[in-house]
Amino acid sequence: MAETGVFERKESRPPPIRQTGAWEWAREHLFGTVTNTILTLLGLYLIYLLIPPIVQWAILDANISGSSRAVCEANPDGACWTFIKVRFTQLMFGLYFGANPEQVWRPTLAFIVFAALIAWLTLPPTPYKPQVALFTLIGFPIFTYAVVQGEWLGLPAANVEEWGGFLLTLTLASVGIVMALPIGILLALGRRSQLPIIRAISVIYIEFWRGTPLITILFMASVMLPLFFPSEVDFNKVVRAMVGITLFQSAYTAEAIRGGLSAIPRGQYEAADALGLGYWQKMIFIILPQALRISIPGIVNTFIALFKDTSLVSIIGLLDLLNMAQTASRSIEWKGYDFEAYVFAALIFFICTYGMSRYSQYIERKLDRETQR
Amino acid sequence: MSRNNRIPFYRNPVYRGIAVQITVLALVLWALYTIFTNTVANLNERGIQTGFGFLTETAPFAVGFSPFIDYKLGETPYWVVFLIGIQNTIIVSVLGILAATILGFIVGVARLSPNFLLSRFASVYVEIFRNTPLLLQIMFWNFAVFLPLFPGPRESITVGEEIFLNNRGLYLPKPILTESVGAWALLAAVVMGIFAIFAFNRWAKAKQYHTGYRPPGRLYGLLTLVVLVFLVFLIFPAPLSFEIPELGRFNLTGGIQVPLPLFSLWFALTTYTAAFIAENVRGGINSVSKGQTEAAASLGLKRPTMLRLVIIPQAMRVIIPPTISQYLNLTKNSSLAVAVAYEELVNLWAGIALNQTGQALVIIAMTILVYETLSLLTSGILNWYNRRVQVVER
Repeated sequence: MAETGVFERKESRPPPIRQTGAWEWAREHLFGTVTNTILTLLGLYLIYLLIPPIVQWAILDANISGSSRAVCEANPDGACWTFIKVRFTQLMFGLYFGANPEQVWRPTLAFIVFAALIAWLTLPPTPYKPQVALFTLIGFPIFTYAVVQGEWLGLPAANVEEWGGFLLTLTLASVGIVMALPIGILLALGRRSQLPIIRAISVIYIEFWRGTPLITILFMASVMLPLFFPSEVDFNKVVRAMVGITLFQSAYTAEAIRGGLSAIPRGQYEAADALGLGYWQKMIFIILPQALRISIPGIVNTFIALFKDTSLVSIIGLLDLLNMAQTASRSIEWKGYDFEAYVFAALIFFICTYGMSRYSQYIERKLDRETQR
Repeated sequence: MSRNNRIPFYRNPVYRGIAVQITVLALVLWALYTIFTNTVANLNERGIQTGFGFLTETAPFAVGFSPFIDYKLGETPYWVVFLIGIQNTIIVSVLGILAATILGFIVGVARLSPNFLLSRFASVYVEIFRNTPLLLQIMFWNFAVFLPLFPGPRESITVGEEIFLNNRGLYLPKPILTESVGAWALLAAVVMGIFAIFAFNRWAKAKQYHTGYRPPGRLYGLLTLVVLVFLVFLIFPAPLSFEIPELGRFNLTGGIQVPLPLFSLWFALTTYTAAFIAENVRGGINSVSKGQTEAAASLGLKRPTMLRLVIIPQAMRVIIPPTISQYLNLTKNSSLAVAVAYEELVNLWAGIALNQTGQALVIIAMTILVYETLSLLTSGILNWYNRRVQVVER
């Protein structure tokens, strides 16, 4: 047994005075304790180690003028942005538009319209959002195809196999999400259905595609898809990749939507039943509008993952942004400038995915506010 | 007359359900059958024979990296190549999982540090690595950093005279147990040492339970291990010898060789997955109610003690399930090895072996089967874990 002692109460210390201001902030966040101070000094040293050389290399010493390798070789300490400048059209739109600069306005126009649509949809105070969303999902892909491919409008044909760079990345990702959305909704409903066979088929489908790496699916699509169809049917490589990506993405979309569906309280289902609505009426008018709204962040997250994963098509030989960057940096003309090529590609991917993840966080916060009573 | 009879049968939900299910099933079966007949027709047309016969044939290509399974060019059959692929996938996955867990925990805790600079560094790390494609990162490290940065074999970076790093890979001394009593004694010492760590830890716990004072049990155990191993080295002259890599004409030979593709792939998988694990850790720690932190603080616990004894144990329940999913993702992502030519399952089997034999159906089916098994295993573990922690809950 522990010994007992007499406990004498010490005089309490006075309560801290609430202090604010830059100095107090620094004391709390940077130099509060000894460990904290050491960590801060270490952090400052790391900043000193990283930031000045990066700024020096990427901005102060960088080469941007001229159009030939000689410019960069004259100043090897800085980044060679001249290379990116010269190959910019190729990196963005692929080989066809790189070789036909007078046609570049076509993908550029598509990009501008796309940016405008996205801005319309993401900025809060714009009217007609559902209509614009519907146009983005259905009308815009047709518009893009018409303008960029060009044959319908009597322009020189730039077939989808000739699209490349960022244009191809964006096309594959968009086709993936647009095609996967309806399939994903059906699968999610199927997985929560009370009919055992429907449920089993949905579960098997979802788990099958989620268990396999995308690269295997792309290999399968590019090697085996032609075997599955009558020999008259011929797909080009881009369409094969699109099929593979859609099959893969629909499973992930289904899981995101399932999360939304299971968040709907039972009362909503029961109320719909009490109104005498049939299954599809109940789903389309009551359940799905609420469930899809809740699953937007989840869907955006799977879309971010897909957007990054489209880079895998470079392994089956499509010239997406990553493969274009790699090809450019391995050309005889610009050999040895891999670093710049990868940094440029990474920057574009980063801007897109970081923007999307920020948007999904914003939606999450907004929805959170709306559900609070 | 019951009410059921008044509904026409085509409006009865039971019959409707059956009809819908039969229709869907028929459609699925029809689709599968069409694919099957088309495939058979296409294969016949091209004169391709499928089957498992090729598995026993000898593989005509070289496999560069296979530390545990012997490969002899011109002797080894295809099914061994399949096993080597699985082995190499497991190697890079296990190494990646270990490193990513450690790095992920550090970054995740750092992100919640009260130190402004540290938490900012951690969040910049997470955003950069999460928001760029993994394939790009693998290529970046391999082609833009390690290959140009590391010197050739002749000018290897060396640590002592034993460890070499160059643009072909990392070379470590390889421990070899000499067949003798000494080797067995060493093994016994290590086993006993590990046992001692557990025993001392238990003893320390019991002691704390009774007296409130906790002796450093793990330290005692570790000391026992060190002393035991030291004793073995003292009694037996050489229970263990090392094969040190040597510089040959063109390259280093001997020792443990980690080829650069494995190193780059491991590095990229680690840094990428760690960013996701860090987010899991942060989410888990944030899920522990603030009252727990305040209660711990009011007991006078210091921040490290508080994290270790109060916060992390409660956060684990939230951290572990998504982290196990990340382990599965890392394993699946190791298939990106194709980009740097590390010989794991997808590259070696669905790539090289497929090109050599043309047996697309069998080979892709076998590859998918491996990953499906892993995936089912993972979800099995997750379900088991979730059931277990649910019981612990109220």
